[in-house]
Amino acid sequence: MILVQNLIDAIALGALFALVAMGLGLMFGVMRLVNFAYGELITVGAYTLLLTSGQPEWVRVVAALLVVVVFGLLMDVTFRPLRLASPTTMLIATFSVSFLLQNVAVLVFGTRGEAIGFLPVLNQAVDIGGLRIRWVTLVSILIGALLLGATSLLLTRTTIGLQIRAAAADFRMARILGVKANTVITTAFVGAALLAGVVSLMLSIQRPLATPTFGFLVIIPALVGIVVGGMDRLVPATLGGFAVGVATGLLGNLLPSAQRVFLNTALFLVVIIVLLIKPDGLFVRGRQTVERL
Amino acid sequence: MTLVRRHWTLIGPALFVVVFALGGRLTSGSIQLQVRSILVTACIVVALHVFIGVSGVVSFGHISFVAIGAFAAGIATAPAELKPTAFPDMFPFLANLEIGNIASLVLAAAIGGLYAFLVGIPIVRLSGLAAGIATFAVLIITNNVFRNWEAIGPGAKTLPQIPETSDFLQVTVGLLAVMAIAYLYQTSRYGRMLRATREDPAAARSSGVHIHRQRLAAFTLSGLLAGFAGGLLVHLVGSITTNQVYLDLTFITLAMLVIGGIGSLWGAVIGAVFIATLNTVLFEAENQFDLGPLSVDLPAGSRLVGLAVVMILVLLFRPQGITDGKELRWPFTRDGADRSKEVEAGVGMGRD
Repeated sequence: MILVQNLIDAIALGALFALVAMGLGLMFGVMRLVNFAYGELITVGAYTLLLTSGQPEWVRVVAALLVVVVFGLLMDVTFRPLRLASPTTMLIATFSVSFLLQNVAVLVFGTRGEAIGFLPVLNQAVDIGGLRIRWVTLVSILIGALLLGATSLLLTRTTIGLQIRAAAADFRMARILGVKANTVITTAFVGAALLAGVVSLMLSIQRPLATPTFGFLVIIPALVGIVVGGMDRLVPATLGGFAVGVATGLLGNLLPSAQRVFLNTALFLVVIIVLLIKPDGLFVRGRQTVERL
Repeated sequence: MTLVRRHWTLIGPALFVVVFALGGRLTSGSIQLQVRSILVTACIVVALHVFIGVSGVVSFGHISFVAIGAFAAGIATAPAELKPTAFPDMFPFLANLEIGNIASLVLAAAIGGLYAFLVGIPIVRLSGLAAGIATFAVLIITNNVFRNWEAIGPGAKTLPQIPETSDFLQVTVGLLAVMAIAYLYQTSRYGRMLRATREDPAAARSSGVHIHRQRLAAFTLSGLLAGFAGGLLVHLVGSITTNQVYLDLTFITLAMLVIGGIGSLWGAVIGAVFIATLNTVLFEAENQFDLGPLSVDLPAGSRLVGLAVVMILVLLFRPQGITDGKELRWPFTRDGADRSKEVEAGVGMGRD
């Protein structure tokens, strides 16, 4: 019974990480950009909820999503000059943006953390067949599944979605065929920002303290997830995020507390082993050919 | 003169470091410490350059070699009467160990190199982002183990009372030695072979270069230098915790390398000195900073914001870094600029 309960909690964490992984994967797909600053979009959402406390909950939700999208657009504009730069330069630039936003948060809000107080009702547990499950767990799983489904529909059934996928497969060819680079990249950033906004809502219920590293703490396991899953394609990347979330959740609950401190060691040893066996990603079928000339 | 000119790639940056260090000696007490700290940071960045700059593979794991060097040198020199009582879980042979300053630096380098070699055997097979994440995993594992296994280190506590022996002479000579080793390596046939794998792996392999072997050699050498830098660091600060040698140091040193310009020794030195000096100036400005009639007083916490803004601006306007990834040029030739253009044009033609 404990096992089932842990499994459900782990799946909820996995759903959250899958959303983050999907956002990262969207930006990586169209721009080859590993965006460290993506976590700060989640932080921005949490702080917006904090600043709007006292307002009706729907106002807070709309405000958080809006502000996160605005920050997403700002990031898009900031990274524009770097589109042709080397991957390392882009990586360090996104890290610098992340570093900047974290320290602005430290300057404005301090490091102590402040209570967000967003929909605390959802933290109450409900009794389902002997299992004590928090509402937020169920909501996370539901919203995660809905959003993942909606995003994949958008990507496969709409023109802009197809353009994004074409750009992810071969950016230069897509441009030759008339896909607008700016439109595709901006759309991907807005989509990723919306996902980050939703993640910030879910996380603000589960971890009700807004701190400068609120989103950064999520981004590292999610990044690991997309690389382990296979970051060249969106579905494997998302599955990778889900897998890392579930693994973290399960190991965190099942390991005896003396060993729990070594959770990171266990997790990242698995990561190294997976990378050595399947460098292209765990959920990518076949082996990709190395492009030469 | 021809000798100086031939090795200007090393001698130019070395002269810069010597002038910087001598200038630092003239400053007052608290700034002196900062200048020495800048020189130690430059050591770490040059160590990063030996692997990342020459191989083109990004490693997020090198601070674990700095960490292991720092803990080795720190534990080996902290007073033997202190350790068994302060850290009861520590292995007795570590707790009772007490060696000299220079010996501890050698130990730091050796253990950093050994650890890098062992870790490198599997990891050098990876490239690109997979290599980035795998080295990052090494960093997290190293930190996690040091933080929680109290038999080999101070755990989550601070290791105090380490002799503060990293004076101006030691850090300057240390940095110059690290630079000289980096220079000798990058101009040796092995360094050139590895650089060939960075430019074109297929062509390098077909010319008989064993990519993994060359990468492992550079990874080990770079780990050795990083371990040595860790030794200097711990003797500079006098105490060490696991968080001092973790994510922040990893990102800031990588940013220094990129901002200086990945691929050149000069870039590693100038990137480190530029960012670390800026950091110091902003730090002083936070605590009221008087420069003649000019008095600057910034609100606390603005240092890191300012640092981040400058880093972003440099990257946006010079994505290839301050030096464009090129070595320092001999300043006394008139045709120097033209000749370098010819070389670049030649390379371009060869590629297309």
